[in-house]
Amino acid sequence: MFYIHCPYCAEQRSEEEFHCMGQAHIQRPENPEAASDREWGEYLFFRDNPRGLHQEMWVHAAGCRKFFNVARNTVSYEIFETYRMGEQTSVTAGTTAHGREGQVEQVHKVRRVRA
Amino acid sequence: MNQVNRLAKGGRIDRGRPLTFSFNGQTCHGYTGDTLASALLANGVDIVNRSFKYSRPRGIVAAGAEEPNAIMQLGATEATQVPNVRATQQALFDGLCARSTNPHSGLLSTIGELFSPMIPPGFYYKTFMAPASMWMTYEKLIRKAAGLGRSPREIDPDHYEHSKQHCDVLVIGAGPAGLAAALAAGRSGARVILCDEQEELGGSLLCSREMLDGKQASVWVAAVVAELAGMDNVLLLPRTTANGLHDHQFVTLYERRTEHLGDRAPEVNGQQLARACMYHVRAAQIVLATGAHERPLVYAKNDVPGNLLAGAVSTYIRRYGVVPGKRLVVSTCHDDGYRAALDWAEAGHEVVAIVDARERADGHWIEMARAQGLNIIMGSAVIEAKGKNRVTGARIASIDVARFQTTGPASELSCDTIASSGGFSPVVHLSSHTNSRPVWREDILGFVPAELPGLTPVGGACGVYALGDVLKGGAEAGAEAAIGCGDTSASIDLPDVERLKTGEALGLYQVPHEKPTLRAPKQFVDLQNDVTAAAIELATREGFEAIEHVKRYTALGFGTDQGKLGNINGMAIAARCLNQTIADTGTTIFRPNYTPVGFGAIAGRHRRDLFDPERYTALHEWHRARGAKFEDVGQWKRPWYFPSNNEETMHDAVVRECRAVREKVGMLDASTLGKIDIQGKDVREFLGRIYTNGWEKLAVGKARYGLMCKDDGMVMDDGVTTCLADNHFLMTTTTGGAARVLEWLELWHQTEWPELDVSFTSVTDHWATMVITGPEARRLLAEVTDIDLDRDSFRFMDWRVGMVAGVPARVYRISFTGELSYEVNVQAHYAMHVCKTLFQHGDKYGLTPYGTETMHVLRAEKGFIIVGQETDGSVTPEDLGMQWCVGYNKPFSWIGKRSLTRPDTCREDRKQMVGLKPLDEMVVLQEGAQIVFDPQQPIPMTMVGHVTSSYYSPTLNHGFALALVKGGQKRIGERVYCPMTGGVTHAAEIVSPIFYDPKGERQNV
Amino acid sequence: MSNVAIFEQRAADTIAAESPLHYSLHRHAVSAQGADPKEGSAVAMDERAFLGHLIVRGTAGVLRAAIKQVVGIALPETACGLNVEGGKSIQWLSPDEWLVILPPGEEFATENALRQALGDNAYAVVNVSGGQTVLTLSGPSAHEVLMKSTPCDVHPHAFPVGRGVSTVFAKTTVLLRRPDAKHWELVIRRSFADYLYRWLLDAGEEYGITTKHTENKDNNNE
Ligand SMILES: [Zn+2]
Repeated sequence: MFYIHCPYCAEQRSEEEFHCMGQAHIQRPENPEAASDREWGEYLFFRDNPRGLHQEMWVHAAGCRKFFNVARNTVSYEIFETYRMGEQTSVTAGTTAHGREGQVEQVHKVRRVRA
Repeated sequence: MNQVNRLAKGGRIDRGRPLTFSFNGQTCHGYTGDTLASALLANGVDIVNRSFKYSRPRGIVAAGAEEPNAIMQLGATEATQVPNVRATQQALFDGLCARSTNPHSGLLSTIGELFSPMIPPGFYYKTFMAPASMWMTYEKLIRKAAGLGRSPREIDPDHYEHSKQHCDVLVIGAGPAGLAAALAAGRSGARVILCDEQEELGGSLLCSREMLDGKQASVWVAAVVAELAGMDNVLLLPRTTANGLHDHQFVTLYERRTEHLGDRAPEVNGQQLARACMYHVRAAQIVLATGAHERPLVYAKNDVPGNLLAGAVSTYIRRYGVVPGKRLVVSTCHDDGYRAALDWAEAGHEVVAIVDARERADGHWIEMARAQGLNIIMGSAVIEAKGKNRVTGARIASIDVARFQTTGPASELSCDTIASSGGFSPVVHLSSHTNSRPVWREDILGFVPAELPGLTPVGGACGVYALGDVLKGGAEAGAEAAIGCGDTSASIDLPDVERLKTGEALGLYQVPHEKPTLRAPKQFVDLQNDVTAAAIELATREGFEAIEHVKRYTALGFGTDQGKLGNINGMAIAARCLNQTIADTGTTIFRPNYTPVGFGAIAGRHRRDLFDPERYTALHEWHRARGAKFEDVGQWKRPWYFPSNNEETMHDAVVRECRAVREKVGMLDASTLGKIDIQGKDVREFLGRIYTNGWEKLAVGKARYGLMCKDDGMVMDDGVTTCLADNHFLMTTTTGGAARVLEWLELWHQTEWPELDVSFTSVTDHWATMVITGPEARRLLAEVTDIDLDRDSFRFMDWRVGMVAGVPARVYRISFTGELSYEVNVQAHYAMHVCKTLFQHGDKYGLTPYGTETMHVLRAEKGFIIVGQETDGSVTPEDLGMQWCVGYNKPFSWIGKRSLTRPDTCREDRKQMVGLKPLDEMVVLQEGAQIVFDPQQPIPMTMVGHVTSSYYSPTLNHGFALALVKGGQKRIGERVYCPMTGGVTHAAEIVSPIFYDPKGERQNV
Repeated sequence: MSNVAIFEQRAADTIAAESPLHYSLHRHAVSAQGADPKEGSAVAMDERAFLGHLIVRGTAGVLRAAIKQVVGIALPETACGLNVEGGKSIQWLSPDEWLVILPPGEEFATENALRQALGDNAYAVVNVSGGQTVLTLSGPSAHEVLMKSTPCDVHPHAFPVGRGVSTVFAKTTVLLRRPDAKHWELVIRRSFADYLYRWLLDAGEEYGITTKHTENKDNNNE
């Protein structure tokens, strides 16, 4: 059960509040009529299935209903970062080595509470 | 039975509170504080089960979760049956009723007993796979014979809780490491949860020989537990097993809340307590203090009752006051194995010998054993147990571990108990639930957890066994995990622990026998799954080299056992056979759940009428009072039909309801349709991109039907959208598609066209919608509204605002029946009032409530599609013959348009929607029936489509259907066939899908 | 957004109205039998029925001043904020969406005033009063009932007064909010109301949950 930082609600919420919408950054062809059948078919049906870093789109369905992007490791399920629509990821395949500092500041930081 | 093995004093049981229980129908006795296992041993019960594959008698081996044999079926009544309970984990209560899971021979057991030498690994695959046609039969028999217990056949009378928890530090295991960690974290002020699977917190300290601060360790435990219990920020959960460690530090804890109290959860103040609770914990940090399991030694006939783990022998003596035999032989290869002998001797029973595989040893416990004059035999091991239903002796021989052979003649010692210990295996199970592989450490001869974010293994779980180090490591991990949560200056003073001298342990994973493994008597590696050393050797010889394959071929570590006792020995034996190191061989991955979890606890409150949400419209009670039969549409309860009395059949009710609408007037509750309020300057533009048809010219005051596709050109939803004002529209969606469509609109707006000024708000629940439809609709509505209903001013596809029954309403003149229709929308609070008023006025017009079934018949007569019935995600607007609803020339390439010219979507022979009229007019084709062109062709026939909707039409007085048929639109007038099971074939004619009023005159009156 | 079609949807008081929990409360009402009314039960459930609910959408920059002027409460601009004052409240739902809850009958006038104040800006106001209701939970065990139901952390430190979230609750979605130290509020959808009500009754049983129905009463949170 993932713990996902919604970049709009600015906090981590449980996976059951979210839907995964598949690969992120799929560009709809600017002019679909000009796209060849092949190009259009690739836009519709072809998706990456990487082992390792994957950029995904999620929606905070039970929360703020905003769509956002998640950089996630498909093997360890580690979430490197989440970022809003229109923003660029700061995570690339080269920067996801384990033990990397800083990038994951928003992850695994649950409420720190003085009881 | 008498407690023949019970000591007169000692242990943590309460001899003042005796308990009675039954085992396989026999009455037994025990004490409060016993587990079922300790009580069975006290009563002298040797055989607790028959083994799964070979049907061999089996006794209790362990004292904790790792117990492979004492798996019980509990329950005094049918409804309270619980399978798969480990006797070692079940607290004894008065009246407990236990049975062996596999008390005597079943089918497989018979095979097992007679042919056991012939059951090789892969037995099931080899024996039962051929002939393939018999597999179904075999499978049933195997499942019946091999099952580990059974479910109750009656409804569980108890209830179960769920609780969602968040904490800074979750400490799993309340032994020395866990207690120290929880105390350090707790004192800092962090939110801490400490759970432990046993009845009492304290773990090994509850019966340890070691002293803390010069006192019994249990004194320190009591003080720490008391302090933790007093902290508001700490939740203590004894009797609670951490069963699964999932992604991002999500842990499931299974609390057996009242399972120690009785067959059913007790009542307190008239409230039935929960039987169990499942905690869903999100932890920022996890301290894994699960300790270590003792490894048994693998020697011949090590499964005969009376073969126990050395540590379990100590636990039964020290914690439960039970000595499970008279004469003990200990076989070990490290210092801790000696503890059992010391405890046994202190209890006043005879220690025949301690057999140590090492050449020499001089640790603290060895010195103590020597000082007590115990018989120690070095460089040797028990190579074979004697006896059938109970150990009668031990054959020992000197061995060479490196060469894997015996080096001298065997001799036999007479004894009734053999305690073996091959060392410890860290309990790494939870750490590998998220797929990370434990790492072999040669220095501790065990696998330890791989590095995982947010997880810190401490103590035995990472191979630290010296008590002082365990406490220190626990405290440090607890403090570290709590950093940032509160007061970091808090610290804990660790108790003084005497550092004991220990010698080096020897890795001994299989004891050599005089005969080679394949010919020696069975040497069991996994007792629960009946996997022997020979089976593993055979598997490697047959070419299974990857350890995951060996596991699957032999069943090693399968099922509820999850390799707790046998895995490491099994891996090591495979490594030896493959001539490689254990590190290279690796280990299999353990899976959740660590121990079995009751389904009740998994379901929690989500059962019976709370299993799934039931969504009600504002008129639900009215429908109920009218005797409606309800249909589930998604989560909605919609009236299906309204039998006029309890006897009217569905068919008769639907005929009556259809006639009422076609001839008089009917009322449908359409409140479940999705409704989305859309505002903004760019709504028209947005609708034009989302819908297949045009919205530029829709005038204020008008409504239009729209079809929505995905970008692959397939229809995803439909509905009527109304222009309320230039910047204000109301979209309706299908009942089931409401949430999906809203998300769809947001998706395109947020990700592709954020520049458009448009916003969407669900108003599905806000408006109640009553459809008044039929020739008398106008006259009825006119009685209760101030709206001018004149046919020329309030026309088809118009809407008006006015009062209906004294309630402000928006009325749409749209029709899903083909009749004159008004859809009255009021704020839902007033729906009941409006509905009642309509029916007060409706009698004289024959106003009849109708349900979804009649709605379906009426719309199908008109050829109106239902998305999800006529469509299935592979149907284009053109397939539906709805080209009239497609804006081919709209400037923006709307969602789905480009796909309509893909080669696949232009094929002439695509399945297209048509009407079907059965040749036999009284036949109602089956929905889903396959269609063929030629009924004479040989089977398998070429299927060319299927029936999507089919009803009897009271109006037309014949059956009719909608169907998808290949190239159907050009086949009007042709004949197709539906071959049904039973050899009947129905013939039908392809016709237009519009069966009734094709010109649409009736809705325009 | 101007150029919309809105109308007063509330009927005269003489017209019978039914809140989303009307039948649930009649069917399954539980009162504290024999309990000391001063002490109260460990959990009490109540409906604040027939309030005015408006969804307001737009950017904070566009809405800030108008909301303050018309509703009289500051727009909560940080995520998951909830401002409550004088029987009215505004809850942050997303960066461009808020829920305004008003005393019964004020929603139409408020919507008109907001539209007046906002003029031709890009925004939306939608009356959703008929589609949802407010259920309150109070009492020392209220948070335990919540912990049985929602994955959100309801520890007082994690969920202080003035916080409101949209989250999963049982098998549906609710708005969960803390208007003051003594109450939790659940804004629930009409069609799910009976399910949630039954859920809460079941979850609250061990604490002796009680219900009372207060339609049209004074709408202060205290
Ligand atoms: Zn969010």
